[in-house]
Amino acid sequence: MAKIQLREMAKNQAGVIAAVKVGGELGQRIRDMGLVPGTEISIQGRAPLYDPVALRVMGGTLSLRNNEADFIEVEVNDE
Amino acid sequence: MSNELTIALAGNPNAGKTTLFNALTGARQHVGNYPGVTVDSKEGQYSKDGLKCRLVDLPGIYSLSPYSEEEVVARDYLVNQRPGVIINIVDAANLERNLYLSCQFMEMGVPMVIALNMIDVAKKRGLEIDHDRLSELIGLPVCPIVARTGQGISELMATAIAHAREHSKWQPADISYGDDLDSAMIDLTGMIEQGEFLTKDYPGRWTALKYLEKDDRHLSIGDSADVKLSSQLVAKVEQVSRHLEQTVGSEPDAMIADHRYGFIKSIVKQNVVHRTMDQDRLHASDRIDKVVTHRFAGPLIMLLILMGLYNFTFTYSALPIAWFEAFFSWLGGLADTHVAEGYFKSMLISGIIDGIGGVLGFVPLIMFMFFGIALLEDTGYLARVAFMMDRIFRIFGLHGSSVMAYVISGGIAGGCAVPGVMATRTLRSPKERMATLLTVPFMNCGAKLPVIALLVGAFFSEHQARYMFLFTLLAWVMALLAAKLLRMTVLRGPATPFVLELPPYRFPTFQGLLIHTWEKTWQYIKKAGTVILGISILIWAMMTFPGLPDADRQLFEVQRQQIASQATPALLAELDGPDEPSLAALAIQDDLLAVGGAEAEAALRYSVAGRIGTSMETVSWLPGFDWRTNIALVGGFAAKEVIISTLGTSYSLGEVDPDASDSLGTTLAKDSGWNAVKALSVIIFVMFYAPCFVTVACIVKEAGSWKWGVFSITFNTVFAFMFSSLVYQVGSRVF
Repeated sequence: MAKIQLREMAKNQAGVIAAVKVGGELGQRIRDMGLVPGTEISIQGRAPLYDPVALRVMGGTLSLRNNEADFIEVEVNDE
Repeated sequence: MSNELTIALAGNPNAGKTTLFNALTGARQHVGNYPGVTVDSKEGQYSKDGLKCRLVDLPGIYSLSPYSEEEVVARDYLVNQRPGVIINIVDAANLERNLYLSCQFMEMGVPMVIALNMIDVAKKRGLEIDHDRLSELIGLPVCPIVARTGQGISELMATAIAHAREHSKWQPADISYGDDLDSAMIDLTGMIEQGEFLTKDYPGRWTALKYLEKDDRHLSIGDSADVKLSSQLVAKVEQVSRHLEQTVGSEPDAMIADHRYGFIKSIVKQNVVHRTMDQDRLHASDRIDKVVTHRFAGPLIMLLILMGLYNFTFTYSALPIAWFEAFFSWLGGLADTHVAEGYFKSMLISGIIDGIGGVLGFVPLIMFMFFGIALLEDTGYLARVAFMMDRIFRIFGLHGSSVMAYVISGGIAGGCAVPGVMATRTLRSPKERMATLLTVPFMNCGAKLPVIALLVGAFFSEHQARYMFLFTLLAWVMALLAAKLLRMTVLRGPATPFVLELPPYRFPTFQGLLIHTWEKTWQYIKKAGTVILGISILIWAMMTFPGLPDADRQLFEVQRQQIASQATPALLAELDGPDEPSLAALAIQDDLLAVGGAEAEAALRYSVAGRIGTSMETVSWLPGFDWRTNIALVGGFAAKEVIISTLGTSYSLGEVDPDASDSLGTTLAKDSGWNAVKALSVIIFVMFYAPCFVTVACIVKEAGSWKWGVFSITFNTVFAFMFSSLVYQVGSRVF
């Protein structure tokens, strides 16, 4: 297991959120949408210009800008 | 309990709230605005077993945080209006995420029933939800429904009504946020209840929670009620925060959110959800996304869809618009023959009939455009557009969804800023939305095009197509740069978090589309219509009063009589006769028309608008405009196509039809006061100066304040003036 930033995850790679390191409105929004530690996510794809990123979370799809995703740390399996 | 019960509908966006609201109320609904904000408030009627219910559709939200207008509106509504019960619509296929909001309603303690919507979709996805078990675990009634077909709705309403009867008191749920916070909650709640702090309106436990979350809005409500106690609570929260920071490295608000999800997960895990399929398999929606948001195919498909929306709006609305125009010109003709000559007649035709015609002329456009947008929004495609375009628009401080408003306003030349401004409703980020709606009028709308075409035709006829394309490009560049400028000055501030849900693709309900379309159209007629009629009459008055003095009118009358006296009665009779008049008779007619044209020119110059135009020459030499151009530009505030007819009058050509302006083009090309540089300067000014007042009325309505309407007029005009002056001054020296 290794902790990496959400931005570094490859397409279709799955992981579990380890930490969300931001407060205020952005932190609140990220958490409101279910991106809290312990949640499983996988990368569904990226927009044509590689930003924003689309994630699968609890059966739904969310998208985040890369600079917002930078606050999210994910635990992934080393391969 | 009174005879009337108020039921509030609440839930996440995309959970089917509006579909349920439409299914319950049908056409018996009413849209308004919450005071001071631009959030729609919708109300409808529903009756069951003789009991009348007032249904309130709260805005779709994910949370009860203080960060967005929608969330604050929902929160304030619950506290101040105290509905008898809320129906919380929860998407069964997205249970955990939707229950997060439910959890926050439970913390408030509002009597609540959960409507588990779209159980059919969930089933197809291999999810079965044991609603009895869920109900038992969270301690609230849970009713499975399919809002789209109406399945289970009757039972839901019966349950909600019964629940409202049994539970009139608010009972905040006791959710655990971990040992540290739980003990802090007990202390805070104790202090609050002892001091009777805000307890008249808010449950003590909820106030404690909001203080722990450092909720700015609730803190300021607390400060104005009792500063001393409020600051004691803040001090206590600071102490807890520091402790948490040292022990677990986290903030209370983050911990509270984590524990809410912990609470939800612990419930869902207790055999509430039965999965019959592999959850990782691709659903139809994901397969569509693979194509529709594909790196290369995605933008192409988007271009086609946006062009399609544009064509649909502007091509198919052309016919009903023509009907409206024909009707109003018939009405004008009727007034022309039956009303006595004079100012009243002139006001009736040019002020009132043209004004109402102008207002209603936009109606088909707005209807078609909102039908198209509702279709894109309800299917879920609009979220994909935002997803794909965000990277580009973010550079200018905008949002991916801004693209729609620009395209409709004339991003593809020939749109209209009125529906464009209204289309910014789909944007949920306040600053990005304001920057969009203030800059969409820079686009080349269908009314500016004939003006640009006239001048390009007269001065740049060799490369007509190339110039038209360049002006479209220029509009885009300037609109985006202006947006950036606004976001760095009056609308500065960090980007609103993007965090956007990409909902599964769905077929919209026809009823929903129709209701949505009608709603927007009616709002436009009601709100903008009255303002527009008033301004239309004002502009008519400015261009009519004061009338020419009698002495001057006498001079023109004398000229007419001179012409008539030189002609034989036989020639004059020919003009009214049924046969083709002879050349000599036509020459007399031309002379008479020339006198009429000169009189109209003199009258226009004598009017308030003419005087404004003339006095503006003191500054308008910078962009190279004479008084004739100035008057035309003043008239253009009514509608940009008026520029052509006013310019025609000021050049003594009488009324000029914007669609057949060749005579004006030839006159301008020959006029010594005009050249290519001046034409370019005028084109640029027309592109960027104050939006027409119909657009301004819509900006005022959408921005929620007159201030922004005034800002838009001033900012655009100053911008256009500087740009045109630069072009004219530099151009005149170089060429």
